[in-house]
Amino acid sequence: MGVQILMPALSPTMTEGKLSRWLKKEGDAVKSGDVIAEIETDKATMEVEAVDEGTLTRILVPEGTEGVSVNSPIAELDGGGANGARPQAPGHDTAMPQQPAPPAAASSAVGEVAKQAEDHGAVAARGQARGEGAAKAGEAAAAPEKDWGPTKPITVREALRDAMVAEMRADADVFLMGEEVAQYQGAYKISQGLLDEFGPRRVIDTPITEHGFTGMAVGAAMTGLKPIVEFMTFNFSMQAIDQIINSAAKTLYMSGGQLGCPIVFRGPNGAAARVAAQHSQCYASWYAHVPGLKVVAPWSAADAKGLLRAAIRDPNPVIVLENEILYGQSFECPVAEDFVLPIGQAKIERAGKDVTIVAYSIAVGWAMQAAEELAQQGIEAEVINLRSIRPLDAATIAASVKRTNRLVTVEEGWPYANIGTEVAMQVIEAAFDWLDAPPVRVTGKDIPMPYAANLEKLALPTVADIVGAVKRVTYK
Amino acid sequence: MAQAADTAGAKRRTRATKEPAMSREQLLQAYHDMLLIRRFEEKAGQLYGMGLIGGFCHLYIGQEAVVVGMQACLEPGDQVITSYRDHGHMLATGMEARGVMAELTGRIGGYSKGKGGSMHMFSREKGFYGGHGIVGAQVSLGTGLAFSNWYREAKNVSLTYFGEGASNQGQVFESFNLAALMKLPNIFIIENNKYGMGTSVERASASRDLSKNASPWGIPGEQVNGMDVMAVKEAGERAVAHCRAGNGPYLLEMKTYRYRGHSMSDPAKYRTREEVQKMREQSDPIETARKALLDQGGTEAELKRIDDEVKAIVQDAADFAQTSPEPDERELWTDVLIEEAR
Ligand SMILES: Cc1ncc(C[n+]2csc(CCOP(=O)(O)OP(=O)(O)O)c2C)c(N)n1
Ligand SMILES: [Mg+2]
Repeated sequence: MGVQILMPALSPTMTEGKLSRWLKKEGDAVKSGDVIAEIETDKATMEVEAVDEGTLTRILVPEGTEGVSVNSPIAELDGGGANGARPQAPGHDTAMPQQPAPPAAASSAVGEVAKQAEDHGAVAARGQARGEGAAKAGEAAAAPEKDWGPTKPITVREALRDAMVAEMRADADVFLMGEEVAQYQGAYKISQGLLDEFGPRRVIDTPITEHGFTGMAVGAAMTGLKPIVEFMTFNFSMQAIDQIINSAAKTLYMSGGQLGCPIVFRGPNGAAARVAAQHSQCYASWYAHVPGLKVVAPWSAADAKGLLRAAIRDPNPVIVLENEILYGQSFECPVAEDFVLPIGQAKIERAGKDVTIVAYSIAVGWAMQAAEELAQQGIEAEVINLRSIRPLDAATIAASVKRTNRLVTVEEGWPYANIGTEVAMQVIEAAFDWLDAPPVRVTGKDIPMPYAANLEKLALPTVADIVGAVKRVTYK
Repeated sequence: MAQAADTAGAKRRTRATKEPAMSREQLLQAYHDMLLIRRFEEKAGQLYGMGLIGGFCHLYIGQEAVVVGMQACLEPGDQVITSYRDHGHMLATGMEARGVMAELTGRIGGYSKGKGGSMHMFSREKGFYGGHGIVGAQVSLGTGLAFSNWYREAKNVSLTYFGEGASNQGQVFESFNLAALMKLPNIFIIENNKYGMGTSVERASASRDLSKNASPWGIPGEQVNGMDVMAVKEAGERAVAHCRAGNGPYLLEMKTYRYRGHSMSDPAKYRTREEVQKMREQSDPIETARKALLDQGGTEAELKRIDDEVKAIVQDAADFAQTSPEPDERELWTDVLIEEAR
C-alpha cells in the first residue's frame, strides 16, 4: 500500500503554507534526499526533500495552491521501495513526513498565541469603523487621530522595513546592524532588500556578540551617527543590557547635556510559539523602568511604521518592542510619504462607555476581540492601544477612565511590577474618585514560559481572561 | 611554559606511532552511538514536520563523531554542557532516547516534564548540565562546573561545548582567562560546523585558527577532524589527561559540519546543495566508521544488527513520545522555586 506524503510544518509558527512548485511529477521515481517540492512558509521558501524511496503515484495538491494546512496529504508514494531506502535523512532544512496521517495529537505545535492573532487586522478595522461612529456620537472624548488620508493593507513586517528604508533614504547617518540583518535578509526577514539598496557600510552583519556590538553602536551614536540595532530577539538584549542602560540611557545626563545618544534598539519581544523559557519573555517592564530611555510597542502595521520612523528620528535612545507573531499580519496603513506617529500618544482603537481596557503590542488584538465578545453581551469596552510605554499617555487613559469608571489592563508579560501595575497606579493617582471598581490586571502567569503546548497556552493571557476581568470590574 | 608550546596547535602524535585510538569494541560502540543519534534526529525531523514537535529544533546530523568521540574519554562524575543543539550530547551521555524524544513532544515523560523542550534538558545523574538557549552562556557555566571539580579537589573534568559562532561572545574569552588563571579542568570544545545560523565562520570571526583563540592565556589548543570519531577520541584523551593532571584548561576546535539547516525553519540559502552533498558523500562520520569496521574484519551482518537495534530504540522512543501524556496543568506552577525546607 502507498504512503501519503503530508504537508510538513517547517517553522515554529507555520499552520499552513503555499505549495509553490512540484519538482517531481506523477510516475517519477523518488530517492532519499531528492527535492520533491517547494513550499512557501510564513517566513521563507523551503525545499521539501524525500526521506524514503518509491514512486510518486499521485499528486493530491496541485502546485500554486495556497493555504495548504500542515499535515494534510499532498501526494502519494508507493511504499515499495521504502524498506530498501537508505535511511539517510535529507540535507538542508526540511522534514518530510512520509507516514500515514498521525493520530490526532494532544498538542498542537503552533502556540495558542499564533492562533489568537489570526485576525488582528480585521478586528482593527472593525474597531476603527465603530470608533469613528462613536466619536461622531460624542461618546469618545479623546483627541482624534490625525487623518493621514488613503491607506492600504500591509504586513507589520513590510511596515517595519518601509520605515527603515524611508529613514535611511532621508538621512545618511542612519544605519542598521545586527545578526543576520544583511546577507540573510534578517532572521525574521524584516530587513529584506536593505543590503541591496544601502550596501554593506549601512547594513551590517555582526557576529554573535551582543554586548560588544551594542556598545560599539552606542559609541557611534555619541558622535551623532544614528544606529538601528536589531536584536534577533529581545531575549538576547540581556547580553547587552548594561550598555543600553548604563551607557545609552545615562550619558546625556552624566555629560550635562553634551552627549546625546540617537539610537534605536529593535526586534521581536515576548513569546513566539513553543520556544520555551529563555526565548519567550516580555521586556517592556525592564526597559520602561529606566529614565533616559523611550519605549514603544507597536501593534498594527501603522503603529509599526509610524513609531519606528519616529524612533529613528528621535534624538534619544528608543527601544522598539516588536512581536514576531504579528510580523505576518496585515493592517491598513496610511500610504502618505511623511506618515509618522508621535511617541508618547496612545490610540483609542475602539470607543466604549462601560470599561477601559488598556493594552499594548499583541495584547491589543486580544483586547479588541474581547471587546467584540463583550459587545454582544451588552458591555461597551473602550480599548486603548498604548503604543508608547514610556512616556506613558496617562492623560488619555485617565480621561477614558473618567468616562467609563473602570479599568482593565492586558499584557503578555509577568504580573509583578509590570506595565499594568504602572497604568493602574497612575489612574489611581489621577482619577481615584472616578473608579467604581478596583482595577484588574490580565497578565501572563508568574512563571518562566513552559514548552509543552498545553502549559504554554495556560501561561498566556486569553480573550476569555479579558472578558472575565471586565465582568469582574463591571460586576456582571 | 609547557602549555604555551602546545598552543601552536600542532598535532603532536600521529596515529601510526601508537595504538589505534579505539579498540574494535570501542569503535563498534561508537558506530552504534553515532547511528543512534543520526536516526534519532531524523525521527525528530519527521515528528517536527508532522507538528508533534514545536518551536525551535536544532538537529545534530553530521556532527555525531564529535560528541561520541569525546564521551569515550570520560569517567563517571565528569560533566558535559552545551547549547540548544543538544540531542546528540544527551544520547551520548547515556540519557534515554525515550525521555529526550518525549521532551521534544512536550510530554510528562520528557526529561524536563515537557517544560523545557528541545533546547532545555538536563540529567544530573548522567552529568549533563543542559541544554542552553543563549548563545555563549554555557561556556561560563561549564567553567563553573570545572570550578566545582577544582573546589572539591575531584579528578573530574568538564566538557564545555559551543559553536564557532558562540566562540566570539565576550564571556567565552572571560572564561578562558578565569579557567587559565585558576587552572580549572575545563575542556573548551568549539564545534566548528562552519556556520552560525546563516553566517559562515569567515564572516563572523577574524581569527583564522580558532584553536589558537585561547593561546594568549596559555591554554593549549588543537584542531581536530571532527568528522572522524577516532581522531576525536585521540585528541580528547590528550585533553582529558592534561586536565586531570591538574594542568588547567584545554581547547579543542572540532572541524565538523551540520547537514541540516540551523533549525527547522532555515531555508539554508547561504550555502549550496553541492557543498552539503560533498560533505555527506566524502566525510560522513558514520560511513567512515562503518568502512573502518569492515576493514577490520567486521561483517555486514554485524552492522545490520546494530542498525536494527538502533531503529528499534528510536521507534520505541517515538512511540513513547506520542503516547506519554501532556503534563498535568498543576505543573504550570511547580519548580519555580524550591519550597521551604521541611
Ligand atoms: C545571545 C544570543 N544571540 C543570538 C541567538 C540566536 N541564535 C541562536 S543559535 C545562533 C547561531 C549560533 O551558531 P553557532 O554558535 O555556530 O552554533 P551552531 O548553531 O552552529 O551549533 C544564533 C545567532 C541566541 N540564541 N542567543
Ligand atoms: Mg556553528
